[in-house]
This record gives sequence, C-alpha cells and structure tokens, in this order.
Amino acid sequence: MADDLNWAIGGEAGDGIDSTGKIFAQALSRAGRHVFTSKDFASRIRGGYTAYKVRTSVEKVQSVVDRLDILVALTPRTVEENEDELHEGSVVIYDGERTSMSDFEPPEGVIGLPVPLQALAEEAGGAIMRNVVALGAVTAVADFPVENLGESLEKQFGDKGEKIVQNNKDAARLGREYVEDEYLDEYDFDYSLETTDNDYVLLNGDEAIGMGALAAGCRFYSGYPITPATDVMEYLKGRIEQYGGHVVQAEDELSAINMALGAARAGARAMTATSGPGIDLMAETFGLVATSETPLVITNVMRSGPSTGMPTKQEQGDLNMMLYGGHGEIPRFVLAPTTIAECFWKAVEAFNLAEKYQTPVYLTADLSLAVTEQTFEPETFDMDAVEIDRGKIVDEEDIGQWQDEKDRFQPHFPTADGVSPRALPGTEGGVHMSTGLEHDELGRRTEDTDVRVEQVDKRNRKVETAREEEDWEPREFGNPDADTLVISWGSNEGAMVEALDYLDERGVDVRFISVPYVFPRPDLTDAVEAADETIVVECNAQGQFADLMEHDTLTRVERITKYTGVRFKADELADDIAAALGETTEVSA
Amino acid sequence: MSSDVRFTDFKSDKQPTWCPGCGDFGTMNGMMKALANTGNSPDDTFVVAGIGCSGKIGTYMRSYALHGVHGRALPVGTGVKLANPDLEVMVAGGDGDGYSIGAGHFVHAVRRNVDMTYVVMDNRIYGLTKGQFSPTSREDFETSTSPEGTKQTPVNPLALAHAAGGSFIAQSFSSDAMRHTEIVEAAIEHDGFSLVNVFSPCVTFNDVDTYDYFRDSLVDLGDEDVDHDPTDPEQAKAVITDRETEYMGVLYQDEDSVPYGERMGIDEPMTDIPDGAPENATDLVREFY
Repeated sequence: MADDLNWAIGGEAGDGIDSTGKIFAQALSRAGRHVFTSKDFASRIRGGYTAYKVRTSVEKVQSVVDRLDILVALTPRTVEENEDELHEGSVVIYDGERTSMSDFEPPEGVIGLPVPLQALAEEAGGAIMRNVVALGAVTAVADFPVENLGESLEKQFGDKGEKIVQNNKDAARLGREYVEDEYLDEYDFDYSLETTDNDYVLLNGDEAIGMGALAAGCRFYSGYPITPATDVMEYLKGRIEQYGGHVVQAEDELSAINMALGAARAGARAMTATSGPGIDLMAETFGLVATSETPLVITNVMRSGPSTGMPTKQEQGDLNMMLYGGHGEIPRFVLAPTTIAECFWKAVEAFNLAEKYQTPVYLTADLSLAVTEQTFEPETFDMDAVEIDRGKIVDEEDIGQWQDEKDRFQPHFPTADGVSPRALPGTEGGVHMSTGLEHDELGRRTEDTDVRVEQVDKRNRKVETAREEEDWEPREFGNPDADTLVISWGSNEGAMVEALDYLDERGVDVRFISVPYVFPRPDLTDAVEAADETIVVECNAQGQFADLMEHDTLTRVERITKYTGVRFKADELADDIAAALGETTEVSA
Repeated sequence: MSSDVRFTDFKSDKQPTWCPGCGDFGTMNGMMKALANTGNSPDDTFVVAGIGCSGKIGTYMRSYALHGVHGRALPVGTGVKLANPDLEVMVAGGDGDGYSIGAGHFVHAVRRNVDMTYVVMDNRIYGLTKGQFSPTSREDFETSTSPEGTKQTPVNPLALAHAAGGSFIAQSFSSDAMRHTEIVEAAIEHDGFSLVNVFSPCVTFNDVDTYDYFRDSLVDLGDEDVDHDPTDPEQAKAVITDRETEYMGVLYQDEDSVPYGERMGIDEPMTDIPDGAPENATDLVREFY
C-alpha cells in the first residue's frame, strides 16, 4: 500500500483546520483519488485541540488506520496527540518561527521540516493563508501536482474574488518551492500521489442523509441544533426550499418532533434529526407517533453518552434507547446504515417504510459516519433508482369503501396486514381524529378490552407484515465458509472490511456480516451456529448488539467493544480480532 | 370551502364527558360557530388539542384532528399549517397545557407568528387531575397542593404573549356566547398567530373564578361606552398589563402582521411529491464533485 497516504493538519479550534483539511481532501478527490477523512474536534468554538485527517489512495479507502505519514502541526499538542501514529520516516511540517513551535523537537525517527508558514503567507498577501502555504509544502513532500490544489482553492475561495484565489495559489506555490529548495536534496520522500481520470464525489454521512431525504420527497424538517446532527439541518436549509419544502429551527427537541409529527399528519414527508440528548426528549412523543400511526423519520446521529457525555466523540451507545425507548410497547423500525453511501439509501428506505406502515422509523448514524467524508463514484447515488412508495393513501373516490355505516372514515381499521387506509386532511369524507389515547377504528378514545387488544395487535401486525414483505438482509464480506464469524452493526463496516485484508495477509479466515437493520433484523442463527466462534464488534461498552445476537441465536458470542470516543481503525481492529482468536502478532498498516 | 356549512357539522356524535355546567361547552360551541361563520368546513379544518379537560375537545368536534401529548399542541399545529397552508388550523388547550408544561412552546409559537388560532380554556385550576393549582391560579388560591395558597404570582398570559411580540391578543368568556364567537372569528380571520384566552369556569374545583365572578368583573372592550383601539400599541399595552381589571375582547391586533409562512415563501401544500427522485436531483450529487 505504498500509494496509501495518511495526512493530517492539527492545531487549535479557530485555526481554520477544518477548511484547510477540506481543501486538501477535495483536491485529492478531484485528482481522481479516493479519500477518507476523519476529524478530532472539541465542543468549543475557539481553543482546544482539533485535527482533520485525510487518508488517500487510488484504491477505495473506507477506514482510518493507526498510521500518520505527514502531519502539519500548528501547535506542539498536535504532535503529542498523534505521536502514537507517527512512525519512522513520518514527516512533521511546522512553522519554526512561531513562538510556540520554536523549541520543537520531532520525536525519534520522525523528520521535522520547519517551514516559515507565516512569513511566506505574508509574502503571498496575508498571514491568514499560512495553512495554504502548509498545503503547498505538503504537495512537495507527497509528490502531488500543485495544480490540483489550485482547483480546490478556486472552489473554496471563488466567491471572494479572483485576487484572493490568486493569493492563495501563490501561497501554495511558495510553500511548495520552499520544501523543494530546502529539503528535496536532503531527504528522499517515498511518496507519489498519482492522479487518475476518475470522477468522484466527496461527502459525509449527514450530507448523504440530507440528500437521501430530498430524493425521497422529504419536504418538512424541524430540528434543534445538536452535534453531530446539525449538518443534516444545515444541508437541507437552502436546498429543501427549491422543492417547495421548509426547515424550521424549533425551540427544542420536544417541539421539533411535534412539528414534524404535525407536518406528517398534514401529509408531508417529514423528518427530524438529533443526537442522544434530543432522542431522550423526543421519547415523550415517540409513543404518540406510533399510536396515532403517523409516518415519521427520526434521525439519530449518535455521540458519546450518557448525559452530555463526550459530545464530539464517537459511540454507538443509543441502540437500546432506539430499540426500547418510550413507555409502553411501541412498534417501530430501526435502520442503521453501515456506510456513508448507505446513509443515502437507508434515508430513502426510511421514508418509504414510514409511509407504507404508518410507523415511526429511527434512522441512525453515528459521529463517525456523520462527520467523515468519503469519495464515491457519482453513480452510487443514482437518482433514477430512487423509488417512492406512499402506502395506502386514499382519495375522495376510494374513501367510501373505508367509511362505516354512518359514513365515518376509519383511520385505524384493523386490516389483515395491520395497515389502515390514510386520508390526508383536506380529503372530503376523510375527517377523523387521531390520538395517543387507545382508540377504536374511528380514532375515538376507548377502554373496551376487545378493542384495546384488536388495536394493539393491529399495530404490532404492521411490523410482522413488514418483516415478511421487506428486505432485511445483512451485508456479507469475507469467506462465507470461514470458521470465524464477525458481526457488526452500523458504521464499523468500513474498518472491518479493511481489517479482513490485514487478517487475510496473516492467514486468518473470517466471515463478516454487517447488519444495517436493528429492528426488524435478520435472523443470524444459522450463521452463528455454523461458525466455531462469533465475535460481535461495536462502539459501546456493554455490547448492546452482542446482547441482541445472544438473545436471537441462544448462543454466547465474543465481544469486541470500544468506548474511548474514537472509532475503530482497520489495523487495530484486525489486531483485536486476531487477539480474540488467540493470535498474537501485530499487523502493520 | 363550501358556504352551506353549519356549525353543527363541526360537532361529532360523541357526547362530552365534561362536568355539567363546565365552561368548555360554551368555549367549544363558539369555536364551532366561528369556524362555520368564517366559511370553513370540517374537511379543511385541523384541530390540535393537548392533554387535560380541554384536550378532549378534538373528540367532541368533527374535523381532522390530533389529540397529542401534554403541552405540545402548538408545535403540532405549526407543522400542520406549514405543511398544508390550505388548512384552517385551530389549536386548543388549557391553562396547564399552554402556560405550564407548554409555556416554552407558547412563547415561541407567538413570536413565530404562524397563521393559526390558539384557544386556551383558562379555568385557573387543574380539573382532570381533580383540583390542583394552575399557573393562572391566584396567589391565595387554596387547593390540595396549595393548602395555604400558591404563594406564587399567577402568569398573565396576555402579557406573556405581548412580550413575545404577539400579533393578536384577545380574551373571552365562555358563557357570553355571542361575544366569544365574535372574538374567535376575529382570531381566525387574523393573518398570523392569534391568542384567545377564554375564561372557561370549572364548576367542580374552582369556587373563586366562577361564572358570577366573571359576569360581575369583566370589562368588555367591545362595549359602546368603552373606548379601546386594539391597533394602538399604547392602548393595548395598558389593558394587557393591567393587573387590577380583567378585560374581554380583542386587546391587541397588529393589522400589518405577516404570518411566518408568507415570510418564508410557503404557499403550496407540501403533500404532493413525485413518484421518484425530483427531476433535477442529480444536481444534488454534482454539488459534491
């Protein structure tokens, strides 16, 4: 994997780390290279360590690894935070003229390249461009054509005028020339980032969810800003309007879910998105959504909990909340896309399931998926393949067959499949009430024992119908006949798929099943029984999905859990699996 | 909307379980009459109700309706109205639903100014839970949870709405059928968020804020011998913040009010979508090149 480069820029929040990283990631993507990015960030506006990491290759990349080749360090802490990932021959680019970095000594074996970032930036037109000088320096070390950086700078700064773009290009050129003049004779950097003619799009999971929602006909979004779900809202704002939709910033999550519920009852495809603390608040209304049989998509971009937890860190800790949350027994669907591309497709699926079954759907990503950008072929998001199924909406012509002997519409009629007709407000003859109270087929409150049982059974029957009629298949990787079975859910797929390669190199044969459906979910009993050993991989401490697998298959499983706040890295995960299997040697990225 | 709608068309065949004499009967009748008088039909009307005695209203009226969770009726109404501006949206609740558990939503619904009517059945007591004090109860009001009085200042919902930039602030009395209906009609016809705080006496648990009390003390701003211009902000402020006298009528109306939906350019229902992705959806993908 000589062509596989791991790069990062780190400094303090407010240093422009994010936009600099994005410029480099976009330059690589536009040069026809695959990119996978990750971010370390803190819950504050200024100060605190923050970093943007880019892994790039001409081959598909879908995970972070435990290795860093080139690091742009704006602060000493940036090096400390990443010291474990630096290796013999790694390069650290820093501004030796900056007071905080003047005494900097690179760790043993690491090459330190002092570059006067600020001075060169001032020469190009302003100190603010020092990060771009650094990017120029990086292109020299990595042997990446600086012209590709130019295109990305145009995209980033184009609306600020030609002069600003030109200054930035100059800054990049000065950085590159400085390294060429000062260091290329001294060091033989073994990198060559070749370009290809391939077209890629670069997007993160929140954006993929937002784009999926628009493709699926979502026209109403209400939400309250919360990390790491805010990007969904920001993506939709400014775009949903061109399709006649609207984004409301609600006063809190209690309001957000109730607004979305109202819009859904009015007949719009509606969604709200939040993270753990917001899910707790929304649990109040979740039962009403299900009991009133309202189609609603609730996106939960998980972060580290409980309580305020670590708001900018990774975790898959809300599984039980989504599966069981809310008092009483609430039918629901829980979808957990396993990749950024799948965030798009599962969003489409979530809207169809919600309307077909008039049931709330949790669509869950996590911080890793949400803020990670990855390259895909544009055809991955084939809009012609998007199908819309609005379920049993009845119009004025058909409404008669769903009225009772007194011409009253029956929105909760106990059909064989559990799904009742749905009359959107404004439909003549469809007048009805819905309520969180137990109700009869007309939507009127009742405590009649027979009707209670009939309605509970009817609502639960929808899930059973969906279980039969929809596709709940998992995704399969590795050797289907291997003795070792690894199961994971949600965002760990990329790391695990790459871990398979590392394990394969060591002769460890693994079957990997990646599960995008938490409820209903595929029955993996046969696969677990066929394996000598089953390992469940997830980002939480208690092994919530492992519990489900044991419950489903009545077989004990091994657990690999991670709750440090950092996602799995492919090479590290391969080590963990090898260790669980009794192997000891470490793999290297 | 058909013009031959009668107010009884808004009545369901379910008999109310409110106590005989409850103010909510009159409040609801006025709402139904006002809806009919303003040319609305049950097919095009959406009623949202919260929890409490007032929350039962959706069951007794005939229209599209949602009976939601406690205190969140206004957000539901907001979603309904924005998703389909063709619907007439009326939100009903009580003083507990609106000014206690839902107070946060109340303030924001007022300032957002979505075009809907909020009718609050204010009886200054918690009735359905059998007699605890409410946010509008008097300071010396004795209940099972305030045996020596609440020792708290009652909220003035009109002033709260005013502080939040309310564009239509009114108060009525359930037993004055004609005036109550007129006031709700004006609220429906207002462009923006309309608050109608209705004194709707609880005959079972409140022996202070009674029919007799309101009949004797309420000053009707619509009376010929009362001089009040609701469009004059200074006059409006004086009656809204008056803690000595209680008024009935439209206290304030901003005639230049522009509802949220209009400000945001929402004019069509969001209910119709194509069978597949929107025509130009590939542009969304292209943005990520």
